[in-house]
Amino acid sequence: MNSTVSFFYFLSFLTILSAVMVVVSRNPIHSVLYLILAFFTLSGHYILLNAQFLAAVNIIVYAGAIMVLFLFVIMFLNMKQDNEEAKTNIAKIAATIVGGTVFVILFGAYRKSAIPAFNPENFDSQVGMIENLGHILFREYLLPFELASILLLVAMVGAVMLGKREIGERHF
Amino acid sequence: MDLTEFLVKTATIFVVFVLTLVIAMYSTWAERKVAGFIQDRMGPNRAGWGGLLQPLADAGKMFFKEDFIPALANKWLFIAGPSLAMLTALLASAVIPFGSTFRINGHEIVLQGVESNIGILYVFGVVALGVYGIMVGGWASNNKFSLLGAIRAASQNISYEVAMGLSLIAILMMSSSLSLGEIVAQQHGMNWNIFYQPLGFLIFITCSFAECNRVPFDLPECETELVGGYHTEYGSMKLGFYLFAEYINMFISSAIISVLYFGGYNYPGMDWVYSQLTSALGSETGHNIATLIGTAVFFGKALFFIFFYMWVRWTIPRFRYDQLMNLGWKKLIPLAIFNIIITGAAVLFLKPVITAWLN
Repeated sequence: MNSTVSFFYFLSFLTILSAVMVVVSRNPIHSVLYLILAFFTLSGHYILLNAQFLAAVNIIVYAGAIMVLFLFVIMFLNMKQDNEEAKTNIAKIAATIVGGTVFVILFGAYRKSAIPAFNPENFDSQVGMIENLGHILFREYLLPFELASILLLVAMVGAVMLGKREIGERHF
Repeated sequence: MDLTEFLVKTATIFVVFVLTLVIAMYSTWAERKVAGFIQDRMGPNRAGWGGLLQPLADAGKMFFKEDFIPALANKWLFIAGPSLAMLTALLASAVIPFGSTFRINGHEIVLQGVESNIGILYVFGVVALGVYGIMVGGWASNNKFSLLGAIRAASQNISYEVAMGLSLIAILMMSSSLSLGEIVAQQHGMNWNIFYQPLGFLIFITCSFAECNRVPFDLPECETELVGGYHTEYGSMKLGFYLFAEYINMFISSAIISVLYFGGYNYPGMDWVYSQLTSALGSETGHNIATLIGTAVFFGKALFFIFFYMWVRWTIPRFRYDQLMNLGWKKLIPLAIFNIIITGAAVLFLKPVITAWLN
């Protein structure tokens, strides 16, 4: 087994372990920290695929900004593990059914999907580098890119509108 | 990658690591000396000549104090806080280009830990992670003041990261590369970015003060309101790591400022010095000595900015929290967006006109 493959298996093990720990841990702060670890290992996968730009952006956006906000909110709420209410039986049964259905759907989709094979002779290993990514984004996928940016702009304006204080409204 | 290349890379990374630690260590000494000078007193002068052994004495004191963990603190996260702070502070120095190349027996050795084509994004990502050490430590202390300090630190870092990223985009538009080595190489011959991006530089240096939690933005550890801020419960070497991480961050951000805006290892008259040295000492020794001069110039620039941090600290009083947020969101971000638009217009319209006129 060459080093890339063993590294891949190590990263996959770590990813799945931390993803499971996100669900299993009883302390919400621990869950958030495991989720951050999961993002790091995913960035490791991107680097193995020679997509360094995607790896860096994944760290900056998810680990650096979104998870900080998650941690922020959880710290403000000051959730403790002892005031977690017990789930009723109906909730447990419903959760099992929903989870099982999602699993069956994912498994079915995985069985049906045809993963495109690549030819090692003419495969361009530099395709994930930032220059190539920029060329592809701004030439072939310009319209989806612009639409996504407009969507983000609309979301930002909406957030500002929601957060804005009305005239005469009290502070807290 | 063959063995010699691997060993050379390991040695480079080790040298960068040791240099970062030594500079951070002596920054603590320099801070007190600068404070003493500004406040018209002596500063440390007992341990060693001019107090030069003071950092070692401090480290000894920190190591031998009792390592105390509060009873109701979350033990693992309490230890993880300062460790994360040190880890993220030390990570960023990997991509900084400290100099040009060394030539040994025809091999070129780059004075840079890792040459990556996403260098500046890597630094930005590591800076974004820096807040976890403070947040985790502040929360794990199980103390309201620590928690408030941690939350202040987090909101401050998130707010100023936005303006910092936007001011970087103007640089990236000009250099059309994310690699730090490439950005430095393009500033050769006094094409320093500070002459093209004065506004971007002001925004960037303000944001780096906020990111390092330095005065005037040191609200996370504001002692008049929050006792000691996020490190209220910390003592001995764990506190030492938090304080040390701040000095490492200062060195890293000074180095980044000198790389991005002040030409890194470039200096006026560089080509003349290079040709004199290579003609006098041969292409190998001359090249190496020229590289060493460039590296010394780089460290001179970085140390000047460390001094600037200290100068500001002992000159300017602390902001109020609402002033900090207003400055970040309502002044710096619009200014940075304005800077991007100006730069874009200049690159598109002004640059072809000037190049046509010069030719």
